[in-house]
This record gives sequence, C-alpha cells and structure tokens, in this order.
Amino acid sequence: MRFWKLTTAAIAATLLVGCGPPQVDQSDSGADSRTGTLRVWLFDEANRDPKEKVVNAAVEEFEGNHRDVTVEVRYIAVDTRSERFTGAFNDPSSAPDVAEFGNTDLASYVAAGGMSDLTGVIEDWPAATDLSDSVLDTAEVDGKTYGVPWFTGVRALYYRTDVFDELGLEPPRSLGELVETARRIRSERPDMYGIAAGGKYTYAMMPFIWASGGELAERRNGSWRSAVDSEASRRGIRTYTGLLDPAICPPDQCAQLTGTESIQAFAGGKAAMAIGGDFNRTAVDEGAAGDNYDVVPLPGRKTGSIAPAFAGGNLLGVLRSSDHSTLAQEFIKVLAGKKYQRRMYEAMSYLPTFEDVQDRVAADDPAIEPFIETLQAGTRFVPSTPAWSEIDAQEILPTMAQRIATGEKVRPATQRAAQRMNSAFDDR
Amino acid sequence: MTAELTTESGPRTPPGNPETRHGRRRRRSGGNGQARAAVLYLAPAGLLLIAVMAYPLYQLVQLSLYEYGQAQASGGAPLEFLGVGNYAKLLGDSRFWMVLINTCGFAAVCVLGSLTVGIALAVLASRVRWLPRTLLFLAALGAWATPAVAGSTVWLFLFDQNFGLVNEVLSGLGWQGMAGFSWTYDRFTAFGLVAGEVVWCSFPFVMVTMYAGIKAIPGEIVEAASLDGASAWRTARSVLLPMLRPLLIIATIQSIIWDFKIFTQIYVMTDGGGIAGQNLVLNVYAYQEAFAGSNYGLGSAIGVVMTGLLLLITGIYLWAQRATGENT
Repeated sequence: MRFWKLTTAAIAATLLVGCGPPQVDQSDSGADSRTGTLRVWLFDEANRDPKEKVVNAAVEEFEGNHRDVTVEVRYIAVDTRSERFTGAFNDPSSAPDVAEFGNTDLASYVAAGGMSDLTGVIEDWPAATDLSDSVLDTAEVDGKTYGVPWFTGVRALYYRTDVFDELGLEPPRSLGELVETARRIRSERPDMYGIAAGGKYTYAMMPFIWASGGELAERRNGSWRSAVDSEASRRGIRTYTGLLDPAICPPDQCAQLTGTESIQAFAGGKAAMAIGGDFNRTAVDEGAAGDNYDVVPLPGRKTGSIAPAFAGGNLLGVLRSSDHSTLAQEFIKVLAGKKYQRRMYEAMSYLPTFEDVQDRVAADDPAIEPFIETLQAGTRFVPSTPAWSEIDAQEILPTMAQRIATGEKVRPATQRAAQRMNSAFDDR
Repeated sequence: MTAELTTESGPRTPPGNPETRHGRRRRRSGGNGQARAAVLYLAPAGLLLIAVMAYPLYQLVQLSLYEYGQAQASGGAPLEFLGVGNYAKLLGDSRFWMVLINTCGFAAVCVLGSLTVGIALAVLASRVRWLPRTLLFLAALGAWATPAVAGSTVWLFLFDQNFGLVNEVLSGLGWQGMAGFSWTYDRFTAFGLVAGEVVWCSFPFVMVTMYAGIKAIPGEIVEAASLDGASAWRTARSVLLPMLRPLLIIATIQSIIWDFKIFTQIYVMTDGGGIAGQNLVLNVYAYQEAFAGSNYGLGSAIGVVMTGLLLLITGIYLWAQRATGENT
C-alpha cells in the first residue's frame, strides 16, 4: 500500500513537473508563395457595407495586378478578437496572412510571437514618409515596426452650442476653464451633466495626465515603471476626477460611465459637454443633440494649448506563420495606401494616417478639422508592452478613478494603482 | 490497479503464514472476477470522467505551477516553472482576501435566501388548492427557465436609476428619496440587488425538490403525530424535518456550489465587479485577473484554490450533517 502511494505520488509529481503545459512551435514556415489564396481578417463593423465596398475595390485592384491570386476576406467581431487571434497564434494552419488589429493589442501579439517584422517594408515604401510620426509610433515595439497604420482616431471636446449660447458661454480654452464652465452649466441646468466624464473612461482621463506633464509609465533601463503617482500625473488625475463631482457629473451616476455611455449621455441631451472621438460623430448626429453641437480640440493646461490625445487606431499586419508574406505585404500597401485610406475616410469617416491625406480631407470637411488639429498637435500612446493588456483587463486605472470619485484621496489611490501596474510590468 | 488496491486494503496479515496466504490468494482470485466485472461496468463512465474531468483538472493544476500567458501558449516566450509562485502571489494579494470574503458572504446570503424562500413556498404549495399551486409553479418555473443574462438584464431595467419601474413606484408611493436612487452605487445595495436576482432564479430548484419531499411523506405519519398530541411546530420539527433531511442536504449542497461560483449575475449587473471592484466575487476576479489579461497560470491557481475551498465547505457541511443526524 505504501508502495502504491509512493508510486502514485511520484508519477503525479513527474507528470506535473516533467512535461510542461502545451506550447506551439512558432517558427517561420519559410515558404513564400506568390500564387494561391491570400487570407485576410478585417474587423466587422456595426454598419459594414461601406467598409466592405472599399475593401472589395482594393481586392479587385490587387487581384487584377497579380495573376493566380485570390484574396479571401473574412470579417471577425471586435468583441471576440482576442479568442480569434489566440486561436490563430496557437494553430498557424487556421491563421490568416494579413490581419487588421487595434494598436493597443499590438504589444501582446508581438510578445506572443505572432506578427512579422515590417520595418524593412516601411523603409522601402516611398509613401511611408508621409505617415504621421506619432501614429507610426503606435505600430512599433522595441524599435521594430509590426504594422502599417490603416486609420487612426482621436478624441476632442464636444459641446452643445444651444446651451452655450443661452448661458453666454465660450468653449473652454484651458482645462481650468473647462472645469469652471462645466460647474457653471450644472448650476444653471441642474438636470444636465456639466460634462459627461466617466469613471471607466480611461481614454478621456489620459489627456488630462499628459496635459499636466505626467505619464502613464516610464521606461527605465529597459523595464517599465508606473508614473501615475508622480506629482504631475497626480495633478492631471485630480483635475479629471474632480469632474466626477455632484456639482458637475454626480459620482453615483458618472462613476460607472464608460466612453460609449458618456457619448450616449451627450447624444441623448443629458450632458452639455463630452469627450468623444471622430468615430462618435454618427452616433451624436443621430441623437437628440444632433443639430446643436460643435467640436473643439480638448484644451491643455495653458490657455490656447491642446491636450495631447490618445492615438487610437487600427493597423494592418502580416502574421508570422504566413506562407504568402511578400503578397501579404503588397496587399497591405494597397489597402493601407493613400488612395484607399481616402476612400475609407469617405465611407467610414475614419481618419487617414498620411498627413497629406489628412490635410486634404480637413480642407473638404470642416467638421473633421478639430480632430485633425488635435492629431497634428501631437498624440500619445499607452506603454507598448504586453503588460498593458493585463493592466487594461484588470481595470487598474478605472478602479483608481472610481476610488477617488467615491471619496479616497488622490495620493493613496494613485500609489495603489502604481503598485498594481508595477506588479503587472514585473510579471513580463 | 483498482482491484489490486481494494484487495490490498484488507486487514494486514503477517507474512509467512501459509494458511492465510493461501486463503488470501483464493479470496483474491474470487474477488478478481467480481472486480473485473465491476471495472468493465464502470469503464465507460470512468473513461468519460477521465476525459472530461481528470484531464482538465490535471492541466489546471499543471498550468498553475507555471508562468503561462498568451506569449507562452503560442510559443513566443519560454516556459518558466514557478512551483507555488502563483499561489504565493495570490495569497499575498490583499485584494484576493477581500474578494474571498465577498464571495463567502455573498454565497451565504444567497444560499440562506433561496433555501428560506424555496422551503416556505414549498410548504405553501403543499397546502393550497390546485389553481394557486399551478400558478405558483408556473411563476417559479418561469424564473428558473430564464437564462441568467436575460434575468440579470431585466432586473437591471427594473432597478434602473432614472427609468426603472421600482424607483418610479417607490417615489410614486411618496418615498421621494428613491427618485434617481442608484442601486448599484453603494456596495451593499449592489450586493443586495444581485442577491435578490440570484435568489429569484435559484429558489425554484429548492421549492420543487422540497415540494416533492413533502408530498412523499405518508399522511399516516402526520396523522399519528397529531393523534399523539404533537403541535404543528413539533410535527414539523420532529417528524417532517428528519424525513426531509436527505433532500435538504442535496438542495443545500447544490445551492452552495452554485452560489459560490456565481459569475453572470455579478458580471452583468455590477458591470464587471462594481465601482472600483467593490462587488467582485472569485469567479469574476479570476476572469479579470487572468483570462481577460491572458495570465492563465494565475487564473488556474485561482481555479485550484476555488475547487479546494468548495470541496472543503461541502465536506464540512456533510460532516456536520452526519454528526447531527447521528445525535437525533
């Protein structure tokens, strides 16, 4: 009996320690076929038709220029992208050759060994010199480029022109003025939020941190350290969470608001101001506030300055397991090229990533100008490390903002958030 | 191996005694035939259990001993054996303890709530006429059949801060403070609201089980008790309850397991764990810490700890039941 116990324990221990959990052998296939099927994954959209038309035109052009090549485009849901990409990395035979993905996901995909290095492709592509530098930065991990920015998105300040007119207000020109204006509106219109600021709306809080000279994290000796508890960052966080106040946006209603919900509150006429992206324009146009709003860049600390915005957006990249990598690169140059970026803007109003294309669309459409202005004033990005997806998933920054909004002091809340961020950085 | 283990675990016999050795061998060969038949009968179920239970459990324990994220899974980074590192990290995290206390308290309230409501309604159902009983069962089965996500969303609509029926009715009845009251803002009202939903969708199981139990008690026994002069309370406590005990144990264990593993209701109703994570329970915590952030090693460690805890709680409960069962 003792013998069996010992044997069982020994076998269990060997099994647990000896053979580790499953791992995929992620090596290049080596093949680079110039014919056959090129598989492409793009994100599905709420209204996909216009996007699909542009993509189909690009596919047609590409197939016309390459003999014996068919492009097979599949649209995947944004919500389940993580499972899809995980599946693609774990089983290269079901993976696409080209994929669209969000720039905040890039670092973790690269760490997973799933994306191929496109630095050389960008260098040899003449059009790439017109790509906006700060947007191109979002496609880089450790100095290498893994994607071509297909479109970008930035947030600016939406405000209600009718409310501002009636109360004799001007759009704020500094963050200080923004707080004052919001307070003033709520005191005159108690059923409205001065500004819809959400406790879970991290992308609205970031510009406040950056405008105050703070950082989310800094890289020292190759490893990331959180900087949300620095003096400057705390100042920005204090200003933002100060908006979650009964006199502006009551915490029992606003502490749980996400970005989408903040915009919904504005579109529904519940808020006099909101921070929203160019991609939110359709939602606002269709809402109750649709005819009575305007957009200005979100102001910075100094009067007349612009707060650095978060540069969101999607990239097109080549998967490392692809056996059509040259074709894949060629296709990306077509779809993410100037011609189709322009057409994507016309179809979906997604902001182009080429500065000359940006200037042209701004000249044609004054409504997009505040966003272009924000973009060209310089944008910022989240730390490009796979730890960021973990920090994001664990809701460390929303938790911090909500704690402050519900009464915790800024210093201990930021210190606690910094600690949790650092532990995520240390794990990687 | 099973057969060998069962025969080996018999009383120890001193070696060298030929007679017992012989006897033992004979017993073993006779037992072997039976054991083989037993093994054959159990094999299909056993294979299935190994495939769907033992192997995943083995993988879970194994993953929890490694630094294992997406990068490791897809081969972007080498595997690193941590031993108990994930567990040490988990147990050293003050948030884990807060979430654990949340989970235990919340599960306890939900179990007590669904048992109380379920038993009370079962008793009621056994005493009323056909029509009200059918209506009661229809309502209960409706709640039981509602998918968790749909149920949670409907409850959220009802308790919505601005447009919810509940706030409107309460403020209409003259309770002005309830106009615009946020049910999910305060930690305990939020937990209370979710507990209400959980009780609502889990009491039918208790009710149906207990109703069947009550109906199965022969009328003569109750009659005998009343002839002996027992009061209604005394009958319930000393006659009915002991007869219902096995069913009650099953209902309680089911509820404990079910309520300890709550995910959907908390995730949907408090928007992923409430303001600043104040309403997190273990399952949602594991999802957030681990799977959303693709840190599978740590997530597996949480899973192992949860399994252990559940086994422990259920074990203690069974043991306590057996102890009291023997006393009465």
